[in-house]
Amino acid sequence: MQPHAHADASGASHGTLKSYLTGFVLSIILTVIPFGLVMSGALPAGWILVGIFLAAIVQILVHMHYFLHLDTSSEQRWNVMAMAYTVLIIATLVGGSIWIMYNTRIRMMDASLMAGTPAAPAATAAAASRDMAGMDAR
Amino acid sequence: MDSALFGKLTVSAIPFDNAIVMWTVGVALTMGAVILGLVTYYGKWSYLWKEWLTSVDHKRIGVMYVILALVMLLRGFADAIMMRAQQAVAEGPSQGYLPPYHYDQIFSAHGTIMIIFVAMPFFIGLMNIAVPLQIGARDVAFPFMNAISLWLTVISAALVMVSLGVGDFSHAGWTGYPPLSESQYSPGPGVDYWIWSLQLGGIGTLMTGINFFVTIVKMRAPGMTYMKMPVFTWAIFVTTALIMMAFPVLTVTLGLLTLDRYLGMHFFTNNLGGNLMMFPNLFWIWGHPEVYIVILPAFGMFSEVVATFSQKRLFGYHSMIYASIAIGVLSFAVWLHHFFTMGAGADVNAFFGIATMIIAVPTGVKIFNWLFTMYRGRVQFTTPVLWTLAFIVTFTIGGMTGVLMSVPAADFVLHNSEFLVAHFHNMLIPGALFGYFAGYAYWFPKAFGFRLDEKWGKRAFWAWAIGFLVAFMPLYALGFMGMPRRLSHYDNPAWQPYLEVAAAGAAIIFVGIVCQVMQLIVSIKNRAALRDVTGDPWNGHTLEWAVASPPPFYNFAEIPVVHDLDAFTDMKEKGIAYQRPAKYRDIHMPRNTPAGFIIGMFAFSFGFAMIWYIWWLALASAFGMLITLIVRSLNDNVDYYVPAAEVERIENEHHRQMADAGATGVNAEPAPYFAHQV
Repeated sequence: MQPHAHADASGASHGTLKSYLTGFVLSIILTVIPFGLVMSGALPAGWILVGIFLAAIVQILVHMHYFLHLDTSSEQRWNVMAMAYTVLIIATLVGGSIWIMYNTRIRMMDASLMAGTPAAPAATAAAASRDMAGMDAR
Repeated sequence: MDSALFGKLTVSAIPFDNAIVMWTVGVALTMGAVILGLVTYYGKWSYLWKEWLTSVDHKRIGVMYVILALVMLLRGFADAIMMRAQQAVAEGPSQGYLPPYHYDQIFSAHGTIMIIFVAMPFFIGLMNIAVPLQIGARDVAFPFMNAISLWLTVISAALVMVSLGVGDFSHAGWTGYPPLSESQYSPGPGVDYWIWSLQLGGIGTLMTGINFFVTIVKMRAPGMTYMKMPVFTWAIFVTTALIMMAFPVLTVTLGLLTLDRYLGMHFFTNNLGGNLMMFPNLFWIWGHPEVYIVILPAFGMFSEVVATFSQKRLFGYHSMIYASIAIGVLSFAVWLHHFFTMGAGADVNAFFGIATMIIAVPTGVKIFNWLFTMYRGRVQFTTPVLWTLAFIVTFTIGGMTGVLMSVPAADFVLHNSEFLVAHFHNMLIPGALFGYFAGYAYWFPKAFGFRLDEKWGKRAFWAWAIGFLVAFMPLYALGFMGMPRRLSHYDNPAWQPYLEVAAAGAAIIFVGIVCQVMQLIVSIKNRAALRDVTGDPWNGHTLEWAVASPPPFYNFAEIPVVHDLDAFTDMKEKGIAYQRPAKYRDIHMPRNTPAGFIIGMFAFSFGFAMIWYIWWLALASAFGMLITLIVRSLNDNVDYYVPAAEVERIENEHHRQMADAGATGVNAEPAPYFAHQV
């Protein structure tokens, strides 16, 4: 609680101007890429989506490394472990929730999923109706 | 329709026509008046304000948390015994004495209170007292934030109490599922009381979680590596990680429901794109880890108690830690088992059913560790050990019924039946509450400087243990007989005998509570005889026993250096346990501050204003909280140094008392402590 006691209390590095600028420029590039993909329309829609997701994930990593100063050095081990735990739990909770809610929705015979808007959902709807038939038989 | 000045609040909000409620309010107000009168009579206001209400000392904050938990335990138990009495009589033509709407509020209040305002403050209080001492720290990482956490919890409990006399409480169960909890079906203030008491208390708990996590990571004594950390501290470490991950989900979920109710949004409504199934999903993403949040600390307490009173090192320390960590991860992967019947498919149910079975494994590991610790130990059958033994036996039964229900097909039969009620009480009463009672008896001398009376403690134990079995075993049978939970009236005469037995069980538990009150009174009366002079009444293993009881406000005159998992035992064996430093040094301590208390009071008026739609007051209170926080942040005079001479005086006094009492300063019987280890 002394005025200076906080300075190095976190054990984390506070970065340099260079590292912040690197992060900043990388972030801008990773933001421009998805915009460029959408505006140019050079790729098919599915691939554009993949591109956006990839750029977003890489950008998250860039933020964590350059702005939150996460790396694998020993002082940072705790931050990295806390991060890994957080990512694991969030993945479980978000992934689990999506799985659960999608599952209940199909089984409530949600029209948009069952009747099948064109193309892709047809397969799921067929799977769902098979599942339903199975339920009835049991 | 709402007045600008009082919102929805009118005189008719006070249920003058309800004799039971008015009687209860009368008793509560009288008790409050008596306490305030006594404080005034003995002229203790200044003492209370300076030493307690404004304190940032973790030990004082811990004591206040435990007092809150015990008071709310009485309230929660009053609810319980009313439900048991109602169900024992309300068969067929008899309607009992509670109308359904009132009965629904009682079970909602009972669940909310027992989880949020008994279990949570009880273990948070005990960890406040013990954890900084166990790791050789002088306080927590953020002492001021600790005070805010306390007062947010206290005022949330106060909101629930106020709902008794002003308006009503939620009738939607402690889980508050929509659509029942939406304004369409619950237009009154009841659900809002539930929302705001959970919301404000939850934020307090989240801050506690952050506080203790940082404390444990950053403030351990030199030499205390993670694998030399006391097992209770480890349990708290995992618990705080769970709190930090789970409580934000509760905050958001309640926030979305608040938006539905206050601004007419449609997150959980039946129509206009809302999805009410999302609520149980989100609620239990918080709710299931919450179960482990209240149980893991109790596991830590049992571990300390078992090792101390067996006079052995804890068996399988490492497996205990890894089991806690495994629980910390797995507890986030089982939440769906609370709503197997909601309609997810076989794949989803199978996944969560198997995950639920797996989480029983680390818990089983712990059970065996406790048993092997006692095996060939010199077990002293003190009250904390009795609580532990009762826990091991009954918790195993509860665990097995849990694994039984983890089979989705079985759950479809037992869901929302009395079997479930029996199961989770069978987890939470032995698993959490008995642990806290063990911890309460174990650390009481540390907090107050005298032990609790054993005779009354054992009476309380037997009444609780027997009462618990008599009250809840019949509910398993009732579940198999098809009785649903939350019934205020039923038509099946076959159920009644079981419910009468259960009511008798509740009465036996009541005897246990009376014994606990007696224990406190008798112990205070005989405190001279029960005095703990050395600070180490149980021949303890960990650092909290190295300091005086009660500890000086700075805890350690000199921060100890740790060489062993059982740091204090190690010191005693080396004969350096009570060594005084060559020279005392100034100690840097945080100053007490009224800011935490003031923020709490503003939070109370904020919560109350939101519940009654008194917008000007809500705004003013929010503003008040903000201003208090800013003023406090601008204050640089928040700490001070205790002069070395003052430290020396306090330490000399402690050593003189030990010498006077004939304590040698080195433990009288070193005991063949490690003899069993080889």
